Amino acid sequence: MTRRLPRALVHLVGAIFVCLHLPVAVLVLYSFNASRYAAGWSGVTLEWYRRLLDRPDILRALRLSLEVASLSTILATLLGTLVALGLARGRFRGRSVTEGGLYLPIVTPEIIVGVAMLILFAALRVPLGVGTIVVAHVAFNIPFVAVVVLARLRGMDRSLEEAALVLGADEATAFRRVTLPLLAPGVLAGALLAFTLSLDDFVITFFVSGPGSTTLPVLVYSMVRRGIEPTINAVSAVLVFVTTLTIVAAERLAARRA
Amino acid sequence: MTASPPLVEFRRVSKSFGDVRAVDAVSFSIFRGEFFSLLGPSGCGKTTTLRLLAGFEAPDPDGGEVRIDGAVVNARRPYERPIGMVFQSYALFPHLSVERNVAFGLEQHKVPRAEIPGRVERALELVRLAPGTFARRRPHQLSGGQRQRVALARALVLEPEILLLDEPLGALDLKLRKEMQLELKALNRELAMTFVYVTHDQEEALTMSDRIAVMSEARVAQLGTPAEIYENPRTEFVAGFIGEVNLFQGRAAGQGGGGAGGTWTVVPTSGPAFQVPHQAAFEEGAPVRIAVRPEWLDLHRPGEVPAGENAVPGVIREVVYLGETMHVVVTLASGAVVRVALRNEGQLLKPLPWRRGDAALVAWRPEDCQVLEAD
Amino acid sequence: MAGARRRLLSWFARRPAAGAWALLGPGLAWLTLFFAVPLAVLFGYSLMHRGTYGGVAPGFTLEHYRRFLDPLYLVVAGRTLWIALATTALCLLLGYPVAYAIARAGRWRNALLLLVVLPFWTSFLVRTYAMIVLLRDSGVINAVLLGLGLTSAPLDLLYTPGAVLAGLVYGYLPFMILPIYASLERLDLALLDAAEALGARAPARFWRVTLPLSLPGVAAGSLLVFIPALGAFLTPDLLGGAKTMMLGNLVQNQFGAARDWPFGAAISFALMGVVFVALLVWLRVRDAGEAA
Repeated sequence: MTRRLPRALVHLVGAIFVCLHLPVAVLVLYSFNASRYAAGWSGVTLEWYRRLLDRPDILRALRLSLEVASLSTILATLLGTLVALGLARGRFRGRSVTEGGLYLPIVTPEIIVGVAMLILFAALRVPLGVGTIVVAHVAFNIPFVAVVVLARLRGMDRSLEEAALVLGADEATAFRRVTLPLLAPGVLAGALLAFTLSLDDFVITFFVSGPGSTTLPVLVYSMVRRGIEPTINAVSAVLVFVTTLTIVAAERLAARRA
Repeated sequence: MTASPPLVEFRRVSKSFGDVRAVDAVSFSIFRGEFFSLLGPSGCGKTTTLRLLAGFEAPDPDGGEVRIDGAVVNARRPYERPIGMVFQSYALFPHLSVERNVAFGLEQHKVPRAEIPGRVERALELVRLAPGTFARRRPHQLSGGQRQRVALARALVLEPEILLLDEPLGALDLKLRKEMQLELKALNRELAMTFVYVTHDQEEALTMSDRIAVMSEARVAQLGTPAEIYENPRTEFVAGFIGEVNLFQGRAAGQGGGGAGGTWTVVPTSGPAFQVPHQAAFEEGAPVRIAVRPEWLDLHRPGEVPAGENAVPGVIREVVYLGETMHVVVTLASGAVVRVALRNEGQLLKPLPWRRGDAALVAWRPEDCQVLEAD
Repeated sequence: MAGARRRLLSWFARRPAAGAWALLGPGLAWLTLFFAVPLAVLFGYSLMHRGTYGGVAPGFTLEHYRRFLDPLYLVVAGRTLWIALATTALCLLLGYPVAYAIARAGRWRNALLLLVVLPFWTSFLVRTYAMIVLLRDSGVINAVLLGLGLTSAPLDLLYTPGAVLAGLVYGYLPFMILPIYASLERLDLALLDAAEALGARAPARFWRVTLPLSLPGVAAGSLLVFIPALGAFLTPDLLGGAKTMMLGNLVQNQFGAARDWPFGAAISFALMGVVFVALLVWLRVRDAGEAA
């Protein structure tokens, strides 16, 4: 039985949705604004996007962000999937504690994580650079991937793997021919989420990146600190665009039936 | 069944999960070709027992032996045992078509590629699914009954020595379930394959099985043919779990009273004494429990009881129309309530002469008393 | 080869714990090394002396924690707590209706959820910057107001506590919506029908059935907003200006210009203390809810 939602509620929720998307929508809109100093609108232009191509620092940062995101995603997905498998299929003492501990990185404020990692690298005398960024990104992505894959694993009928065993497949073969194909959409969704998180991360990256390793968000931050300029809008719009594509793809995959 | 050595043997097998004993020193044998059922309520250990046979669980370190064909298989993985299995949820691989599902086991056993399509087709025909129509379909495109048949075909195509079935018919509607019961029984006979069947539905077990192991609280309460289980239940649990039963309690009060083979007189807690077949274990004064099935009871007007039969007076409380039978619910003088099952010869033409409130004698022959052991 | 593999698998199959730890090992090791250990080191640093050229010097001391109790810093702590609580409350007020509407939306559910999730995953930095574009003196909101003649001079929207609050609510609203939605989605509508049959009108049905049953979601969402808000650093940095410094900015200062790492570490752990208390409260609420 469907119930009608009260008019007022629908209006309120609609307004909130608009507010939720307004800032970024305005940002993207203004990235096409020919007027240099925001405020007034003076025509559509791709000038600011074109200028991005003339900025080697921006292009370098974009490239670094993509490289870091790719590398950390691969590692985090691998490790996170293994963790999820261990938690879902394993029978051992301290399982719930371990699972709870997995959520700790997600819940800890980013600034504390960033600062703590900085200290670790300093104490170990590891120079800050691409390596430290990747290491940090993998660390905060493992729990996200694990949680996504775990959810999917728990939703899977366990008797599917048992059926494979009875039909003559050993555990490794059963994993390869039954579990993995059914898990794949979930793993992929987790990977895409990790990619996005890595690409967009600012706080932790800010603390563990060195002078020669500036990712795009860190670059945007310093640009904003220096003063507003329209190219920032264009860079941000690019980030938003990439993120949106990735998220929509992840949602499609996660929702898909095997 | 057969005089050859058993195909499956459980020798005092135990399995615990943490502090909980799921299976407690269970022993039984299964013979080649028989249809053997594990019957019991939820939590009795029947599914764990099946999984121990399948190899998904291993017995506790000192928990007995599971033997197949004489060899101890405790340490063997499921893929190292000569078994096939049909799961309660069917467990069809959703990402594979029907024919790939059925072919899966053949591929794992390295059956030559050329042979596979033929065997798949024959297996599907065996479970009455037209290969042409169904081979390419995916599980989510099939009905419950069709999925069940595919699960069966997938297990049968490997021609295992033992087929394990874990409540496979639970999700089907009544009519389909009864059809499948007969089909499974037929397959068991035609293929001469040993079936081990788990169910909580006692009617299902009685219909299909050659022998039934009734389980309760991690133990086997009674093992026997359907007739033995139904007509000679050993414990109150078994008597009550299968079909309906009336229970009487009393004390043994001495031999005598005539009747073939000798009888004992049992004095119930209240009401007249009745005669019970002689049991070696009887002692004067010992407590006795007996079970009598409704269909072994009869109703008579006061004074009309046949000689030699036990009789207890009561008042008719309810006459229940069940179609095939009529159940008459009688409140005895002691306050106990018993059900008497009488054949329905057509209430419209030949109605029962009993009405609510009538006084009647509930009667039965001494040899129809089933003396129960302590649970 | 196949035999060796089978033997290996059998070995693992008989020891479910060993198999599980083999799988968990690498990931947990990484997390231990790059999350748990750094936190431990951070804690250690908070108890050591400040080094002359930044970093630490050996020696145990509680001076940094004592220094934190100075009213100067307690004001910052108090402000942080207050802003975090206000953010959580506002997110709850705005997020609950949205979650409620989506749960009742039928066919539109997935589309609406996607619309909520998108900003959730978009870079926090970009979203905070977008707020600047809106709130600046020469930003969009002021432009619209001036253009419509509603104001004669730009309003001071940026660099105020209000801006920080708005930025935080905007940033964390999806964190509140999603858990509440998950809770409401599981609600059995038959319960509401039963309540109606027992004489409850719409408001009563909400307060006495829907809301109590959605409390786990509310608790989870509140936690997911409160904790990051406590540790907020970017938002007050970009939107707040000097007057609205929060603990996050304080920490960042110590690791930046001020070069007082131990003090920064001490503040961080004071912050963690509040986080733990919040977690404990949440666990209590959650367990109480499950027992009910």
